[in-house]
Amino acid sequence: MEILLAIITGILYAAGIYMMLRRSIVKLIIGIVLLGNGVNLLIFLLGRITKGKPPIIPEDAKVFQDIYADPVPQALILTAIVISFGLQAFAIILVKRTYKVLGTDDLDQLNTTDEDS
Amino acid sequence: MSNLVIISPLLVHLLFSILLMFSWQNLKWQKILTIVGNSIALIASIATFILVYDQGTQTVQSGNWEAPFGITFVGDMLAVTLVLLTCISGFAVAIFSVVSVIKARLRFGFFSVYHFLLMGLIGAFLTGDIFNLYVWFEIIIISSFVLISLGGEKNQLEGAVKYFTLNFLASMIFLTALGVLYGLTGTLNMADLSQKIVLIENQALVEVCAVLFLVGFGIKSAVFPLYFWLPASYHTPPSAVSAIFAGLLTKVGVYALIRVFTLIFVGDLFLEVLLLSIAILSIFSGGIGALIQNNIRKVFSYLIICHIGFMIGGLGLFTTVAIAGTIFYLIHDIIVKTNLFLLSGLIYRLSSTNSLRKLGGLYDQYPKISFLLAIPLFSLVGIPPLSGFWPKISLLLEGFEQENYWFVGAVIFGSFITLVVVAKVWAEAFWKEPKPVTKGKRFVDFSKLRQIQKVQLIFPIAFLSIVSLYIGFGAEHIQLLSERIANELMDNQQYIDAVFKTRADAR
Repeated sequence: MEILLAIITGILYAAGIYMMLRRSIVKLIIGIVLLGNGVNLLIFLLGRITKGKPPIIPEDAKVFQDIYADPVPQALILTAIVISFGLQAFAIILVKRTYKVLGTDDLDQLNTTDEDS
Repeated sequence: MSNLVIISPLLVHLLFSILLMFSWQNLKWQKILTIVGNSIALIASIATFILVYDQGTQTVQSGNWEAPFGITFVGDMLAVTLVLLTCISGFAVAIFSVVSVIKARLRFGFFSVYHFLLMGLIGAFLTGDIFNLYVWFEIIIISSFVLISLGGEKNQLEGAVKYFTLNFLASMIFLTALGVLYGLTGTLNMADLSQKIVLIENQALVEVCAVLFLVGFGIKSAVFPLYFWLPASYHTPPSAVSAIFAGLLTKVGVYALIRVFTLIFVGDLFLEVLLLSIAILSIFSGGIGALIQNNIRKVFSYLIICHIGFMIGGLGLFTTVAIAGTIFYLIHDIIVKTNLFLLSGLIYRLSSTNSLRKLGGLYDQYPKISFLLAIPLFSLVGIPPLSGFWPKISLLLEGFEQENYWFVGAVIFGSFITLVVVAKVWAEAFWKEPKPVTKGKRFVDFSKLRQIQKVQLIFPIAFLSIVSLYIGFGAEHIQLLSERIANELMDNQQYIDAVFKTRADAR
């Protein structure tokens, strides 16, 4: 399971970076989405996957007796998902406005701000 | 809970951004509220600064969860100094933006988002939890995305796409590093991380993690190979927005680098060499970039990169004297860079262009304003009694001490380039004969503004210039403060003890 998740994370990172490097502005968004998901999976994976052990201390004990599933990575991922969701929504609107105003979806054409004025 | 004072500037900005949302339609109210809000935040930050200056590091455990489990806010000397500087710049820029930002932008909640941005900055300085730092960074960048694209002009949107992409990538790299770090140590509290990181056997992975942090924060602070988004986007939004970006957004990256590399990843020779080399290259590439530009705001954008190099270099030398130099430079740079972009906004208002080729004759037309504008320009160069001079002494001294002549050479080169660039700006914009410019339809000339509006444009620049002059002429106070901060940073046990104080008290 861990190996599979590790491979998927790797693929998501690679695909995300590759898409971000393409010229089309829509592929940029896809790259952003893939990369965001890759990061979330990575945090999930690095929090050590433990199956079927909820982090609840039994009534007759004061501390955890055996291994438990760490709840912190899930809290982190939840926060990260919400944030990246907001950013992606913003990105889509930004790209749409850019396309309408500039009339191009080619990132190589977006070079007027670098020119001398 | 007297400690809650340290997060009061943050709460003031939160409160006022919510209040501003309720007065969405009423521009006059918005303008009054934002000035009042920033004044209160300034007072709150001064109170915080005095409290921490007198009583040492203060901490707040949110929700009263004990240190490594809950989120800790730590007001140490570095954090509260930066909060104070944030509130000073925030106050000045708020007054400036009341006149300089056009109504169409103000109507879409400019001030509300502006307060959120300042809140994010203050939160990032105060937090003692590394995931919480990520969250504050996101608040900063989301607000800055809105500010940079608000108005939707052609080149603004284009700049926004570049700014968005690179900053998003930086956040993702930061988050990756954070995930790896959590996997290694099982904690997110920075003081706790500092203790646990040395115990890890797999130090190679720690190194990788440190480099990921360096890349993530490096993109945000615009160091050498990662800075290309900055000159492509900083000149596109209104000058008030550029001012707050230039003054604070790159500096929050520098702050994060200082914090992470003095508290968590300490004393790694490879990283020190890496930091020094990117510092030297930043100084060279930023300086040379500034020389060939013709738009004032682009010139200043490249100077930001050049001067980031000084700070990163001081961190790379990693001695108390060098870090004191870095902190002093940080204090000077926040005020001066904010002021420079306000200045470019005023110049635009005076002559309706920012192109050095077309500008000219400002000295003949407005001698008094020109004298005022000379203060930030020459503080930037660091002509002796002014503020840019003093931190360079510490940096050069330590460079010679460690026989790192590349860095010494780079600092001298950087200062010299800055001098050349400022002299060029002065000669072209103030002394040369002006060329005729076609003014835009909606452009309102400075002479047609009402008296109060003129004051609102000039007061912030004068205010920041006075702060700059104080940093220059009261250099001994700032030097003492920087040395105290540097001592606190180098001896990170103080920080750790302050965070875990409640736990020690309970025992």
